[in-house]
Amino acid sequence: MTVDLAALANALPFLLKGLWFTLQITLVGVSGGIVFGSLLAIARLSQSRLLSTLATAYVNLMRSIPLILVIFWVFFLVPWAIGWMTASGRPVAVGASLTIFVTFVLFEAAYYAEIVRAGFRSISPGQYAACDALGLSKFHAYTYILFPQAIRNVLPILLTQTIVLFQDTSLVYVISATDLLGAATKIAQRDGRLVEMYLTVGVIYFVFCFAASQFVKQLQGRLAYGAR
Amino acid sequence: MSVLFEPTPDGAERYLDWIVSGLCWTLLLALGAWTIALVIGTLVGVARTLRGGILPRLGRVYVETFRNIPLLVQMFFWYFVLPELLPVRIGMAIKQMDPPWGSFIPALICLGLFTAARIGEQVRAGLQALPPGQIQAASALGFSPGGTYRLILLPQAFRIILPTLTNEFMTIFKNTSVALTIGLVELTATAREINENTFRTFEAFGVVTIVYLVIALIAWQVMYRIERAVQLPSLVSGRARP
Amino acid sequence: MIEIDNVSKSYGAFQVLKNCSASIADGEVVVICGPSGSGKSTLIKTVNGLETIDSGQINVSGFRLAPDVTNVAALRRSVGMVFQSFELFPHLTVLSNVTIAQIKVLKRSRAAAEEKALTLLARVGLSGHTTKYPAQLSGGQQQRVAIARALALDPKVMLFDEPTSALDPEMVNEVLDVMTGLARQGMTMVCVTHEMGFARSVANRVLFMDDGEIVETADAVKFFDAPQSERAKAFLAKILRH
Repeated sequence: MTVDLAALANALPFLLKGLWFTLQITLVGVSGGIVFGSLLAIARLSQSRLLSTLATAYVNLMRSIPLILVIFWVFFLVPWAIGWMTASGRPVAVGASLTIFVTFVLFEAAYYAEIVRAGFRSISPGQYAACDALGLSKFHAYTYILFPQAIRNVLPILLTQTIVLFQDTSLVYVISATDLLGAATKIAQRDGRLVEMYLTVGVIYFVFCFAASQFVKQLQGRLAYGAR
Repeated sequence: MSVLFEPTPDGAERYLDWIVSGLCWTLLLALGAWTIALVIGTLVGVARTLRGGILPRLGRVYVETFRNIPLLVQMFFWYFVLPELLPVRIGMAIKQMDPPWGSFIPALICLGLFTAARIGEQVRAGLQALPPGQIQAASALGFSPGGTYRLILLPQAFRIILPTLTNEFMTIFKNTSVALTIGLVELTATAREINENTFRTFEAFGVVTIVYLVIALIAWQVMYRIERAVQLPSLVSGRARP
Repeated sequence: MIEIDNVSKSYGAFQVLKNCSASIADGEVVVICGPSGSGKSTLIKTVNGLETIDSGQINVSGFRLAPDVTNVAALRRSVGMVFQSFELFPHLTVLSNVTIAQIKVLKRSRAAAEEKALTLLARVGLSGHTTKYPAQLSGGQQQRVAIARALALDPKVMLFDEPTSALDPEMVNEVLDVMTGLARQGMTMVCVTHEMGFARSVANRVLFMDDGEIVETADAVKFFDAPQSERAKAFLAKILRH
């Protein structure tokens, strides 16, 4: 079995297109996921029983079911949901990209929520009292004192979850989307070059993820508060 | 949920039977892979804590390889690529395996080795959390290295990492769904098939979602009981206290 | 200045404060002492609303605290608090620690806040450390920053909850010196402390608490030389042995 380098070179532009989509999903998933996840974490800490119960239920639900199942849910149901909301009575076709972005934000938020929650629990309880004693409003306390500390304490874990997200994007294969793996598959099927394509994709993922995880390790060393 | 009791197109069964079948494959794959992962993961974790020699390096290579490639890509490797790389006769034999075993075996190996890398890291973390004095005490008592690990270190390490192992156990059930891409008709694939046959999307996926929730609940309960049963007062909160 | 009137508080079935009453005048320095679990910390935390009360009321310079009063934001501006565990904000520099509440709560301009902060940090002897982070300071230094942070809001009353209990012995004096200086300048202070030397030389009065009640109130010197109640005598005998 020979590796056809010329074929690989031909495939490169399409692969890069797929890689770009993968990166887009990752970026949207991270930013949307951390924002929504932080809101969920704060909701879980809130005084309102209803809010904290709803947030907890959402997080536990999303973390108990496979991502592929969530992809199917959103893929099949969003057109119906939009049709129902716009009272058109029939499913409205929605772009695959948008569906995918929504799925990943909704799904990953549950994981980020747990991480942010752990971040809040790692803050010394006296910090809340100190903020209170100084008269800082809840909003100021969270924005300037509590949230920064929470995130900083769990930054390595947040980044590791992002690497996981990057790998999770490959699952959009199940709805035939053209991410990195999807692009490779399409080329493989068209050209009959399964082995080269999948090995290449494996190497690309490995390089990205390994580099990122090494970066996180370095960061972990530097994030200690610099005790004397 | 009435779709469960309607007959399938071939009239031979009801959709409920499909769900049961999918569930069985999910459970078989998850538990089989978990067993493989525990055995290999422990070996890898131990290897990484050894001092000197090639084993720690091999362990590191193993972990980094299996952790930095998505599970789906690994699945494709075992199912599509490996038969091509092996000598022709073996490759043909693999490709001719009857479904569903032709899908199940690669999925089992893939998920087992993938999860083993993660468990390996956790075992390593657990072993490294133990006070160094434990090894010294075991040495002083005349334990061999194997005995030290088996009787002294690993029992403590596993208690420390039980929470993360619980997480891993629940994750493996979710990861079985990736096997649908290589043709295994596990639970999620079943939902998709029922949907394709009946177009009762909400019910099909709803039932399967509930099944996953029940699995998660049971898995969590099982691990919780194990945790309570093996708990040592001094190792609560994961830190050994003097 | 501060009127504590028949204050009671319970945690479930356990009553931590039982009908406590006390009166603290402007410029007075009052020490609250007593055995562990006597409710001293809880009592001092009711004065700035960090702990709620179940019955009775507290009047702090015109501000009324009662079971039904929930909005205590305004009170925090006139009452400063120093904690046993310092509770500086680890991600902010020393200077920022002292300015942040001035800017966000009192809405002072950054320039005015920094000027005030530098003055106060000089007063507690830490001028050269303004750009450092709390982790780079010793415990005694951190506590002095915490005092400056509380003073920055120009409070009328300063509350100290065991300010030196978490310090190594050689650092206790630097903090007590700052507190003594404050007292001499006429600040109204309420201190929960075990530092009997400080209480004896700086405090005007001592409140002795045991089991949720204020058992004895006396002038500082009189309390140490001739305690009236049996419980106070027993307590002093125990701690003054060293």
